[in-house]
Amino acid sequence: MSTAIQTHTKTIISAIFDDDDVMLKAVKRVRGKGFYIREAYTPFPVHGLDHAMGLKPTNIGTAAFFYGLLGLSLAIWLTYYTMIHDWPMNIGGKPSFTWGKNMPAFVPVMFELTVFFAAHLMVWTFFIINGLYPGRKPINPDPRTTDDKFMIEIEANGNENDLIELLKNEGAIEINKKEEETNGNHH
Amino acid sequence: MHYESSIREPLIIGDKTYHDITVEVARPVETSAPRSWWIVFSISLFAFLWGVGCILYTIGTGIGVWGLNKTVGWAWDITNFVWWVGIGHAGTLISAVLLLFRQKWRMSINRSAEAMTIFSVIQAALFPGIHMGRIWLAYFVFPIPNQFGPLWVNFNSPLLWDVFAISTYFTVSLVFWYTGLIPDFAMLRDRAVRPVQKHIYSILSFGWGGTAKSWQRFEEVSLVLAGLATPLVLSVHTIVSMDFATSVIPGWHTTIFPPYFVAGAIFSGFAMVQTLLIIMRKMFKMEHYITIQHIELMNIIIMVTGSIVGIAYITELFIAWYSGVEYEQYAFLNRATGPYWWAYWSMMTCNVISPQVMWFKKVRTSLIASFVISIIVNIGMWFERFVIIVTSLHRDYLPSSWTMFSPTFVDIGIFIGTIGFFFVLFLLYARTFPVIAQAELKTILKSSSEKYKKLHTKYEHSHSDAH
Repeated sequence: MSTAIQTHTKTIISAIFDDDDVMLKAVKRVRGKGFYIREAYTPFPVHGLDHAMGLKPTNIGTAAFFYGLLGLSLAIWLTYYTMIHDWPMNIGGKPSFTWGKNMPAFVPVMFELTVFFAAHLMVWTFFIINGLYPGRKPINPDPRTTDDKFMIEIEANGNENDLIELLKNEGAIEINKKEEETNGNHH
Repeated sequence: MHYESSIREPLIIGDKTYHDITVEVARPVETSAPRSWWIVFSISLFAFLWGVGCILYTIGTGIGVWGLNKTVGWAWDITNFVWWVGIGHAGTLISAVLLLFRQKWRMSINRSAEAMTIFSVIQAALFPGIHMGRIWLAYFVFPIPNQFGPLWVNFNSPLLWDVFAISTYFTVSLVFWYTGLIPDFAMLRDRAVRPVQKHIYSILSFGWGGTAKSWQRFEEVSLVLAGLATPLVLSVHTIVSMDFATSVIPGWHTTIFPPYFVAGAIFSGFAMVQTLLIIMRKMFKMEHYITIQHIELMNIIIMVTGSIVGIAYITELFIAWYSGVEYEQYAFLNRATGPYWWAYWSMMTCNVISPQVMWFKKVRTSLIASFVISIIVNIGMWFERFVIIVTSLHRDYLPSSWTMFSPTFVDIGIFIGTIGFFFVLFLLYARTFPVIAQAELKTILKSSSEKYKKLHTKYEHSHSDAH
């Protein structure tokens, strides 16, 4: 069981489209022919593209739910610890004997902390999993893809001519080929 | 292929393409500011600096330089605080609530409305700070472990809830706005030709490339943030209203305040959006994106929320009479006929009567009428807060404590300063940020622009002819 690290080249075909519907149709067709669409760069969210590319749904909303629970727990603990446990004071006749008795006054803070944690931790998660941070080099290879062009990158495994022909028929306005060296694990 | 009803008016006028949207949104950022911008900016900056002077004078000398007295401990400070917070609410309403309701027309106004939220919450947040007698101890409002025991805060106080509400509201609105800005900053980055500009937008856009997965997550994040911001916006003004509603003061102790303050906030906030957008669409030649239909729809919201506010006023009056509590009855009698009758009746005129003219289509589709009414509404809503705060305080339980309030130049100067600061921020924003969420707007080009709507009708006609 020896693992040798080798470099080998991959051919990446990138196709540019000038219409989202044309691109979406091409994505479906190209994928139907068994090609792997590695990435798509679009200037705005094209609805149905994630489905057409076979991307899994994101779980970031579920994550936000648990972040919210964390915030709520913190608020309950904070109000309990400070108001009931540490200094159970009589402030204006408010019942400080148990947390439950004074709970209505804690609702606003419990609510705000739930929202605070859910929102902020979700946004941080979004930045981290997308690899976005201030000063990061632009991810998109072509600057036109933030304006009005749509670009897809497909991996070709020896059948690049079929792929190029297919993309031309599907209405790509520009097709480029690049060789990419990758470090692959070979057995 | 396309299912939008032909009844719907186009949201984007003219023969626009995706590229046109890019160019027209980027234009204010890529061109230099006209003379009129510099004039307005200078005036705002001057007002802002005057406000800074008044604030420093207050902090250096003491709150006594304001017009407050032992009976009226809150007046312009909290009036302005609530007014600015209220204005901020429309931004979140437009970006969050209208997103949940899938209102496509929000797309050309949400960016500026959110900017307005951020800038007005900054103004609002100044007041809880500077109205403290000892602002240098302001950090005591946070439950930070300390060497006094530790000594904690009192979670029973609505003023502490305010701290949590405003700081959550501000930071969540900020990240919501910023997340939406990232694809637009990337667009500016990819267009920039000057190296400095390219570098700045490169930092601001976080390397955004618009990959399929990041758009998928982006949309989910926007939706969840909208779902979080909607209850947040309702809770924030609710908590602000509890500063009054949880008190024992006649005229303040009312259960109607939370929804009524929120309705008033939407009312005044939309009025401010209207004021700003009517100018902006003209200055930036964005009439094709911010259309008369947008103005009309905002006017309808102003009319609806104005009517809710009107109902709240009547409910308050009814309950005061119905309660049989003489203090409560006197509080309202005092508002209508006491020494501040002029404030009460200006509030009634501006808030109850002025939005009702929007029932006429001629009025609500007129730019001049909309502009004038939007300003009247904000004057009225300032008076609403002033009336609630001052008329309830200056005459309450003990007649020996009855007094009057009048502001000093410092009270007024700080208010003018916040208006100046707001416009300084908004004017800087308008020349450096993409004022329309272009990435979002591009998603509705095919469904809701004049060009594509025409194409669709043509397509449908040729189809039915064939049958």
